[in-house]
Amino acid sequence: MKHKVATTVNGRRHEHEVEPRLLLVHHLRDNLGLTGTHIGCDTSQCGACTILVDGQAVKSCTMFAVQAEGRSLTTIEGMAKDGQLHPIQQAFWDEHGLQCGYCTPGFIMAAAYLLAQNPNPTEDEIRRGLEGNLCRCTGYVNIVKAVQTAARTMGGTEAKPSERTAARRS
Amino acid sequence: MAVTTMIGAKIHRREDPRLITGHGRYIDDMTRPGMAHMVVVRSPHAHAKIRSIDPSSAKKAAGVHAVYTYADFKDHISGGLPVSASFVAEKKQVPNQFPIAHDEVVYQGEPVAVVLADERSQAADAASLVQVEYDPLPAVMDIEKAMEKGSPTVHSGAPDNIGWELTYSPDSPEAFQEADVVVKERILQQRLFPIAIETRGVVAEYDNYDKRLTLWTSSQIPHFIRLFVGTACGLAESQVRVIAGPDVGGGFGSKIRPYPEEYLASIASKLANRPVKWIEGRSENLVATTHGRGQIFDIEVGAKKDGTLVALKVTQYLDIGGYQGVFGAFQAVACLLAGGAYKWKHIAARTVGVLTNKTSTDPYRGAGRPEATHLVERAVDLVAREIGMDPVDVRRKNFATEFPFTNNFGLVYDSGNYGGSLDKALELANYKDLRREQEALRKQGRYLGIGLSTWIEICGLGPSAATAPAAGVALVEASQVRIHPTGGVSVYVGTHSHGQSHDTTFAQIVADTLGVPYDSIDMRHGDTAEGPAFGYGTYGSRSLAVGGMSIRMSCLKVIDKAKRLAAHILEADEGDMVFDQGRFHVKGSPEKAKTLGEVAFASYGAGLPEGMEQGLEAVSYFDPPNFTWPFGAHICVVEVDPETGAVDMRKYVAVDDCGNVINPMVVEGQIAGGIVQGIAQALFEEVVYDDESGQLRTGTLIDYMIPTANEIPELVLGSTLTPSPTNALGVKGIGEAGTIASSAAVINAIVDALSPFGIKHVDMPATPDRLWKQIKEARS
Repeated sequence: MKHKVATTVNGRRHEHEVEPRLLLVHHLRDNLGLTGTHIGCDTSQCGACTILVDGQAVKSCTMFAVQAEGRSLTTIEGMAKDGQLHPIQQAFWDEHGLQCGYCTPGFIMAAAYLLAQNPNPTEDEIRRGLEGNLCRCTGYVNIVKAVQTAARTMGGTEAKPSERTAARRS
Repeated sequence: MAVTTMIGAKIHRREDPRLITGHGRYIDDMTRPGMAHMVVVRSPHAHAKIRSIDPSSAKKAAGVHAVYTYADFKDHISGGLPVSASFVAEKKQVPNQFPIAHDEVVYQGEPVAVVLADERSQAADAASLVQVEYDPLPAVMDIEKAMEKGSPTVHSGAPDNIGWELTYSPDSPEAFQEADVVVKERILQQRLFPIAIETRGVVAEYDNYDKRLTLWTSSQIPHFIRLFVGTACGLAESQVRVIAGPDVGGGFGSKIRPYPEEYLASIASKLANRPVKWIEGRSENLVATTHGRGQIFDIEVGAKKDGTLVALKVTQYLDIGGYQGVFGAFQAVACLLAGGAYKWKHIAARTVGVLTNKTSTDPYRGAGRPEATHLVERAVDLVAREIGMDPVDVRRKNFATEFPFTNNFGLVYDSGNYGGSLDKALELANYKDLRREQEALRKQGRYLGIGLSTWIEICGLGPSAATAPAAGVALVEASQVRIHPTGGVSVYVGTHSHGQSHDTTFAQIVADTLGVPYDSIDMRHGDTAEGPAFGYGTYGSRSLAVGGMSIRMSCLKVIDKAKRLAAHILEADEGDMVFDQGRFHVKGSPEKAKTLGEVAFASYGAGLPEGMEQGLEAVSYFDPPNFTWPFGAHICVVEVDPETGAVDMRKYVAVDDCGNVINPMVVEGQIAGGIVQGIAQALFEEVVYDDESGQLRTGTLIDYMIPTANEIPELVLGSTLTPSPTNALGVKGIGEAGTIASSAAVINAIVDALSPFGIKHVDMPATPDRLWKQIKEARS
C-alpha cells in the first residue's frame, strides 16, 4: 500500500505516493530526480547521502521517505542560490577539497550543519564533526581546510581572496 | 597574455563546478527509457557444486521481466574473462572464468543468476526467490595450507592450487657469504578492499535492430572494456560504444578490468530487448569487486657491519583468489622492485601465486610497489637494528647515486636524488630533535617511534618494448587534437580521469603548447565513440607521463602543419616562421602575425599550399622510451601506549619528487590521499575470511575500518624536483606514490617505538589488540 508524502525540498513543495519501505535517499534520487545525493554504502557508514532535514544533517539512507512527511529538506542542489555558490561549495573548490567528487555532496551538507552549530570550529572539532563521512581520495586534508576557509568566509572575517580567479587571470 | 605559465600553476579544477553542486553524472544517475534493473544472485558459499537453480517463483514476482542463468548466457558469450601475462608470462593454472557460474562456485559472491525487473527493489525481492541448491565443498582459504600436498583444491578436479611459480633470479649462497649479519623475517601484506566510494555500476543498451551495444560503466579503461566485452559478445568494436562514466567516483585499481556484470548486463539487454542497469551495493562490492594485496613475503637480508647492504632473498606468496585476476600477476612486480632505492650485490626473488576460494586479487593503488617498499624498508631497518646503526645512515650508505641506475633485474631508474629528498624530510621532521625527545620520553616510560620510508616506484606504464611482453599489451597512449574553424580546441585522450583532475592539468599542457586560451580547450575522455581508435586507460600513474606526452605530441603536429600554412599565407619561407604563444610570424616581424585560430580558419578553406589537405587536427600514439621513477622520503612519528597498544600518530612528513609538476595543488592532493590510504593499511584495514566456512567476516563497512577525518594527523608535505629525462615534459607520476611510501613509514615508526621491548617486527594492521598482545608477550 502506498502512502502519501509531502515534503518541501530546496524550497519547493512535492507530493508523492510512495511505498512505505522506500528510503528517503531513493525518494530524492528516483522520484524527485535529485541525483546529487549519492549512495556509497548500505550500512549508513559513508555519509555520501547526507542532507539537511529541518536544518539537521541526516544520512538520508537512515530515514524512510514517509518519515519526511511535512519536513523541509535541503539537498546539495539547494545550496547554490541565484547562480552563486554557497560559501562551503566555493571553499571546496578553492581548497581542492575533492577529487572524484562522489563523497563531496555529503561532506558539503555535513559541513553546512557543522558550521550552523559551531561557526568557529577548531580543527579537531571539524575532524570530529565530519567523522560520519568517508572520503577515499583526499585523505581529508583539503576537506578540513575547505571547512576552515568556509568558516572564515561565512563569518565575514578574513575572507580569503579566491585563488581560482587569481590563477585564471594570471 | 601570460598563458605560457599555465604549466606549473595552481589552477583550480574545471571539473569541480558540476561536482560541488550535485550535477556530476555518475552511472547511477542515469536512466534510459524502458530500462530494467538487474540484480545479481550470488553464491553464499566459498566453494560448492550447484545442484539446481529454480527461477520459477522469481519469474512470477511483481515487475519481473526475466531471470537468466548460465544456460541463457552460454551461447552469447564466448570464452571468459581475460587474464593478462603481466609479470608472469607462464602460469601453471588459469581457470576459465565465465561471467556466470555453470555448475561450481569458487568464491562467495560468484554470480549464479540475474533478475531483471522494472524497479530495483522488485529485482532484489525476486532475487531472494531464486532457489539455488548447493552441495558445499571444502573451502581453501589459507595460502600456506593451499600449497600443501593433498590440500583440497579450489576447483574440483584441479591438480593443485598453484597458479604460478616463477623464479626471477636464483638464490646465491655466495652473495650471503660476504655478509656479517643475516636477518630473516616474514612480512604479511593483508588483503584489502579498494573501496572507491562509488561502487561499480553498468547501464547496457543493446539495439537489436542496429546490432549496436552502448555500455556505460564505472571503469578506468573504456577501450579495453569495448575490446573484451565486445569480442566475447560477438560484436566488432564498431558496434560497441563504451562510456566510462561520464563521471567515475574513484577507482584505485579496482576498475581497471572487465567484470562479469559488464558481460551479463550487455547480454541481458540483448535478450530482454531493453536497457539494463546494474548498480553494485556496498556489501555486494566487498565480494564482487577485486581485492588488493593478500601476500606473504619471506625475506632474508645480508649486510656488512658497516651497514653495506649485500644480499636480499625474497619469496612472495600471493593469494590469487578463485580465479586469476585480470592483471593480478602485475603484483609480482614487488619482486623486481624489492631492492628499492639501494645498491645490492645480489637479489634472489621468487613469486608463487596460490589459488584460494576467495574474491580475486588485482591491482590496488600501488599494486606490487607498496609491497616492495614495505619489505625493503623493513629489511633496511632490520639491518640497522642488528648492527646498531641509525636507519638514516644505513639508507644513505646504500642509496643508488648514479643515474640512470640499472637495478638487479635490469630495470633502469631514469633519475633520482634519494639523498636530497631524505635530507629535506629529516629537516622538516627535525629528526635530531625527535631522537633526543625519544630518548627523554623513554626514561619516563613513554614510547615514541620514528619511521622512515625512502621509497621509489616504477610508473608511467610504459614502453611498448617492455609492456608488450610483460603485460601482453603495449601500453602506449593515444590522443587527438582538433582545432575547429573558429579556433576552439577539442582534445581527446585515451586515459581516464576518475578523480585525477586530467581535464584541468591536460588543458594546462595544451594551453601552453598551443598558446591558446585555457578556456577555449575542451578536454574529452572516456567515450570510445570519440577521438582515436584506442585508448589504454588510467592505472600505474601513467596518465601524465604517457597520455600527457601524447597530447603534447598531437599539439606539435598541429603546430607543424599550421606553420606551413601560415608561411603560405604570409608569403614567407617556412624556415623563417616563428611560433610564439599561439601566433605565427616571420622572423623579425612580430607585428604581422597570424593566430592559430586564423590559420585554423584558413585551413578549412581554399587556396592551401600545393598538396596540403584541408583541416587542422592530429592523432598521436606516444610510446615512451622507459618507465618513469618517482621517489621520496617519508617520516612518520608515533607514540605507542604500551598499556593499550594504541598508536597516536603525532606527525607525518612526506617529501616527494615526481619530476616537473603541472599543477602543484593536484599533486599535493594526490600525495595526501595516497598517504592516508597507506596509513589505513598500516593501522586499520584488513579483509577477514573465516578459515573454516570461507565466509567473509568483514562483509560491510561496519566491520571494515576505513579511516575518517578523525583518525588522520596533519600531514607536512615537501618536495624536491628532479626532472625525468624520459619525456619532454620531464614528468613522472604521483597517483600512487603516497600509498607506496606510507605503510612502511608507519610500521617502521611503531617498531622503533617498541624496540625497547625487543620487538623487531609488527604486521599490519597494527591494531591496538595486536600490539597489546605483542607487547605483553615481549614483556613476559
